[in-house]
Formats: sequence, structure tokens, C-alpha cells
Amino acid sequence: MASPNPDGPKGPLDGVRVLDLSRVWAGPHCTRILADLGAEVIHISGRGLVGRRTVTRETAKAIGIYPDNEPGERHWNRHVLNNDMLRNKYDITLELNTERGVALFKRLVAIGDIVIENYSPRVMPNLGIDYPVLKDINPAIIYCSMPGYGPEGPFQHFVSYGTTIDPHSGLASRMGYPGEEPYMSGNAYPDPASGMFATGAIMTALFNKARTGKGQYISLAQAESGAALTGEASLGYQLTGKVPPRIGNGHLRKAPHGAYPCVGEDKWVAISVGSDTQWSSFRDVMAKPDWANEDRYSTVGGRLENRAELDSKVAEWTRERNAYDVMRQLQATGIAAGVVVNADELIHDENLNERGFYWKFDHPEAGVHTHAGQPIRLSETPARHYRPAPTLGQHHPYVLGELLGLSDEEITDLEETGIIGYEPLVREV
Amino acid sequence: MAAVSDSNSGALSELTVLDLSQHVAGAYTGKLLAAFGAEVIKVEPPGEGDVARKVGPFPDNEVDPEASALYLYLNTGKQGLTLDISSDEGASVLKELVAQADVLVENFVPGTMESMDLDYSTLSAINPRLVMASISNFGQTGPYRNYRADTMVEMALSGQMYVNGHPDREPLSSTGYQPSYQAALYAYSGIVAALLARDRDGTGQHVDISIQEAMASEHQFTLNGFTATGRIRMRAGNRYGSVHPTTILPCKASNGKPGLVSLGISDPTQYVLFLQLLDMSELLDDPRFANPTLCANNHEEFNALINPWFMEHTAEEIVHALQDNRIPAAFVNEVNEVLEDPQYEYRGFWKEIDHPTAGTNRYAGLPYHLTEAPPVYERANLLGEHTDEVLTGKLGYDADRLAKLREGGVI
Repeated sequence: MASPNPDGPKGPLDGVRVLDLSRVWAGPHCTRILADLGAEVIHISGRGLVGRRTVTRETAKAIGIYPDNEPGERHWNRHVLNNDMLRNKYDITLELNTERGVALFKRLVAIGDIVIENYSPRVMPNLGIDYPVLKDINPAIIYCSMPGYGPEGPFQHFVSYGTTIDPHSGLASRMGYPGEEPYMSGNAYPDPASGMFATGAIMTALFNKARTGKGQYISLAQAESGAALTGEASLGYQLTGKVPPRIGNGHLRKAPHGAYPCVGEDKWVAISVGSDTQWSSFRDVMAKPDWANEDRYSTVGGRLENRAELDSKVAEWTRERNAYDVMRQLQATGIAAGVVVNADELIHDENLNERGFYWKFDHPEAGVHTHAGQPIRLSETPARHYRPAPTLGQHHPYVLGELLGLSDEEITDLEETGIIGYEPLVREV
Repeated sequence: MAAVSDSNSGALSELTVLDLSQHVAGAYTGKLLAAFGAEVIKVEPPGEGDVARKVGPFPDNEVDPEASALYLYLNTGKQGLTLDISSDEGASVLKELVAQADVLVENFVPGTMESMDLDYSTLSAINPRLVMASISNFGQTGPYRNYRADTMVEMALSGQMYVNGHPDREPLSSTGYQPSYQAALYAYSGIVAALLARDRDGTGQHVDISIQEAMASEHQFTLNGFTATGRIRMRAGNRYGSVHPTTILPCKASNGKPGLVSLGISDPTQYVLFLQLLDMSELLDDPRFANPTLCANNHEEFNALINPWFMEHTAEEIVHALQDNRIPAAFVNEVNEVLEDPQYEYRGFWKEIDHPTAGTNRYAGLPYHLTEAPPVYERANLLGEHTDEVLTGKLGYDADRLAKLREGGVI
């Protein structure tokens, strides 16, 4: 494991302090990037939102996210997904439905640069810590609000997840088997995608602040992210009057183009043959079987017209071959092809590993785990893995003591009065 | 209109950007920089221009390099310069522009910039403050550096495709350009981060963005579930993970269209409320359907049981009935339906932009508002529209020089 080098170059966001109230995925994906780039991200959670007090082994197995399906005594510190999202961050608890909790949060805002939250739009005003209030405390604060549908408008109170934003925004309409219904991402893709937009908006606001000294209010609608990412299709509809059809893995200008079965259980290779020159190379790789020499396949027009038969012929060829062999052979002749990798193959991918993409974190309660690194590769001020995810409330002494100057007695009193703590509060249903 | 911008508005208005991008990834990065006021000069090869001009869709399906939806969307707010950077003369003009630029964005196949003597080390020697972003399928280094890819191949090799689709059928890629868009978003934040570091350290740097890494970093349970337990996440069909009903279901047709509705129920409390609303609370006593996790194991039987209620109600009725009870539900829209959606309308998401060839259309905006640095939206450049203005304004070229470059096919 590469350890953080204290003498290494400072991250580009060194000295930026982020107060992170965001939950689940979209917001944490954004603040994880800020933390990887050197910002001091303080994750703040109310203990009622941390989850159940106990997780049974049976539940753990169904969720599949605790090391070896063992939730342990403090399951909240062993949740590998949360530990990925929280890497490089600091953690405190704070009950924001209490006066003292709010007062402490406001003191942090006074010394912070960024506040980010993805609550429903009614939450922050109800707690008395919405932007107008925080701006009075610190006019230079950058405040990013990112509820599903945005903080205004007829659907502002809609409860949503990435999984419902996906079809609403039109994104899901761009995936599906030919002629069938829109298909949801198997990975709740709209979540990280919205997080990426939030990151860009915050970076822009930071740049502006460095010039003008001013903070600002950012309101992001996750539902709009999906529509921004299909903007060429909605514009195309206006130019043509035609709604783009679902075509599976097919392509309007390329054939063969699809995922073809290979040797082994659920093994597939994606093959994309565009030009007739590429088709000719592809035939060579297949050792020119008779069917491939038929005239109807010699032009891209003919291949598109006879796509169904072509696909079954290509599948016959791939079915007897190893997916990696097919990929390497085709790539060697300039044809785009790739193994449809599963989690195991992804984590062992030669290219990602050679480039040092994966980071290993040694977490005191969850052990050593490999996580995706940071795709933003900066030559002079690289993203770094500074520290593993904090345990719940780990940084009370640093944040409340060092940053806010509270005495040990005061911190103990906060613990005793339940304003802060180290374990989930039992959720009232 | 996309005139040479002399306004000082926008968070990035002090920046000059050279956008050498082709197709999607670099172009979207440049579009975002332009939206915040940077002067973005789109550098295209003379003659044919950016390959996105050939992609479409086009009005009436007639190929027109000035009316490709893909190009028009991805190049809003830019100035158009044609320059043959593969020629020695063109490369030297580019180097003169680099001397004055803050940012350069390119997404050529790795090695291309080097072959034109325009790699980062050469350009940073000309302008040490330059921030250069290179976006590629698999990164500037590594064994796949020279591999080719399109959206589907990127979806495959980043692990996204394997989890999309039905378990008994082939994995699904999406159509469109999601991997390139994500890489563009990483590139944008990387560039601004590098500019902030430049404020502090005085020098620029090289930003290397791999599309494969961008998509591989956007897995929630896939990678983390594997590293925790060794379990390989599988395709679940048109539903999500280990809870149900987070899915798309048929419902009563309306407006001459078969009905579909999206549900996002994973929370046990929402699940109970949902069954109460359907007057089917007795299912909670059935061990197959007692909670969302058990329900996931028996989702086909569950769907059959709730189907009659769904077929009696339209998507409009279902979404509002569920949302009134704080249960996540949403519409299932085609791209044209999103253009009519009242929420997007209310927030002013669609931006009306006029273009001399494509006419007036509504373009997707950005999904956020910024009070102090609102994005601006102007039409895409025509091919070579600002060539003379840029070379005269930036480099002081006179009419003779421009004529010679034009004769030589350099511009």
C-alpha cells in the first residue's frame, strides 16, 4: 500500500474546508473527489441516520457489503461502501435537531468554505440552517443544495433516488433490448453522474471565490443531470421529429456491433466493427469462413441490413473462444473490442492495475480493501490517499477541540447530552 | 450569437482555452468552460472539421456539417478556428496560440500530439503556465493505451455493462455517449483544480483522463461488494439490486401510449406504506413478501400480484398517489417527453438557441444554477467562423499572411 507522503506536493484543494451533510451516493461521490484532491472534508451526520443499532448476519449476507459478511460489533464502521465514500474525510456526529447542534454547525460554517447537502428541500429551512442564514454567518460560503428535482418547482418535494431519476430524465430511454421498454442502469449511474456535475459546479464557485472573495448558492437538480447527458438526443429529436429507438447493443452505422458469448459461464466480448476495412480485418481474424465472404456482408449497408444473421454467425465464432483472446486478437488488428468484465475481472484489469488506478486502504475496523482510485490524474499535484475512512465520530477532538476550541469537558458534556456520539441512535419509525 | 466574446462576465472569463477536441469527450469539456465565460477556441481541421459534424442526427436525415445535433450540442459558445495542426506551419501557429493560452484540451489517440511535436513537455516549455488536459479511452500510459473503443467497448471494459440487462440475456450498453460525458466531467474539474493550483504554485500541469477509469470509479456495489465479500454483482433485470420494487412496471395506458412507471422502493417503511396504499397489506404476512429484501427474491410473483392495480391506474395517477405518501415513484420518459416535463420547464432547464442552419431549438442546459456565476448558453460555431478574427486579434496576422495560410490549406 502506498502511504501518504507528508512531504509530497500539496493537493490542489489544500486549505479548502468542506462541511459535508450529504448522504448515500451522489453528494458523497462529489466530496470524495474534493477530499482526494486535498480538501479537508468534514462529514457530519446525525446518528439517527446512520442506520440500525444492530445488523444480523442474515441481513449482512443479503446486503453483501461487510467484510466476509460479518457485521461485527460496530457494523457502521465496517460498511465497505461507506468506507470507500468516506476515505480521506474527517467525521463528526452532530444532532442538528438540537439548539446546541445547530450552534456548533454555525460555528463551523463561519470557518468553512463549502457546505453541501442532498436533503429534501424542506429539511435545511426546518433546521434553521438554509443558505440565507448561513450566508449571514459567512458571506463567502459556497452552498450546494442537490435534491433530486431541485429546491423549487412542481416536483420539488418528490422523493427520489438515482434509480427513479434514471427513467424520468430520459437516460433509461437510451438503454434497452430492441423494441422493448427503457432499461434501468444496473448500477444507479445517475447518482455518481450527478455527483460529477456537483463537483464541477463547486470547482467553478471556488475559482470565482478566489477571484472575487464571494461565495454563492448552487442549486442542482439530479433529474436534470440525466437530461444534460442525453442533450444530443433531445436536440436530435427536434431536428428530425423522431424519437431515438432502443437498439440493444446495436449501432446505427456499425455492424457487427454487440456483446457476443464466449467460453465460460456468462462470459461476453463486445465487438465494434465500423468500416469495411475493419470488416475485412475481422474476416481475416476469423480465418475467412465461407459465410463471411458473402457479398451481402461486404458493405456496412449490407451488414446493417442482415444484422440478425450476422450477429448469430459472429456468436458462433466467439462461442468457442476465450473473451480475452478475442479482445487481444481484434485490438491487434485495429478493431475496437473489449471483454464485458465483471467485478473480479475489473479489479484485476491489466490496464487499470498497470496505471495504478486502484488504491488500498487499511481500515482499523474493516481491514484492507481495494477501492477505485481517482480518475483526475494531475501531473504536479496528484490526488492522494491520505487516510482511510474515519470511524463514526472519530474526529470530534480535532474538529470540535482544535478547530472550534472546545475544552475536553465541553466535548464530554456534548457526549453525555447526546449532541454527539459514537453509535447510531435507534431510528424512530 | 456566438460572436467573439468581449464581455467580462462569467467565473472563467479571464481564461483562453484551445479546444482541439474531436467527437464527444473533449468537446463537452470545452463546452462547460465556455458556459462559464472562458474564451474557447475550437480548433478544427480545415475542410471537414470535427468528426462530430458527420454524426448527426441531421434535419431530414440530410448530412450537413453545420446541422449535426451532436456537434451543435457539444460546441455551444465556442469560436471556430480551422487550422491544420498536422502540418508544420499549422503546428507552429498553434504554438503561438499556446503561448497566450491558459488551457488546452485534446482527446486524440495517445501519441498523436507527440507525433505533431505538440506533446505536453513541448508545449509547457513554450508556456509553463499551460494546463493541458488529455482525454483518451484508456489513458496516456498502460497496456491498453493503443486500444480502440466506442461507447459499448468502454462500458464493457469499465464493468458498467456487465451489470446492465437481464440475467438470462446479453449484457446491455447504453446508446449515446455516457463514458465520454463522464470523462469530460472529470476533465473539467481536473482543469479547474489545476488552475487553482497554478494560482498557488505558479505553474501549469498535465491532466490525464482515462475514460475507462472515469467509468470504473462510478461503481457503488460492484467493486465494493467484491472487495468486501468476493461476491460478483450480477445483472438483475429491469430492477435494482437486492430490494424490490425498485423497478419499471407496466401500468394503464394513457395518451395513446402504453403505460410505464418507475418505482424506487427500498426502505421497509416505504414498502409498508406502498402496500397499504394498494390495499394489499396482507402481503406483509406472506414470508415471500414480508420486506423489500425478501420481495426481491420473489419479484416475479410480486409483480403479478400488484399488476391488476397498476393496470387500473395511469402513470400520472400512480406517481402522484405514491409521492403524496412520500413513496419514491417517477415517470418513464422518452427524450421528447422530458422536453415537455413541467419540472424541467419550471427550472428553465431548456435553453432556446438560434443557429443559422439548424434554426431555433431547445438545448439541454446544465443541471445547476449558480447565483454568482450563472452559465451562459450561445450557439455552436460554424466551421472556421472566427479564423480571421482569432488569428488577427490574438496573433496580429495581416491579410497577406491569412491569404497565404489559406492558399496553403493551413486554415
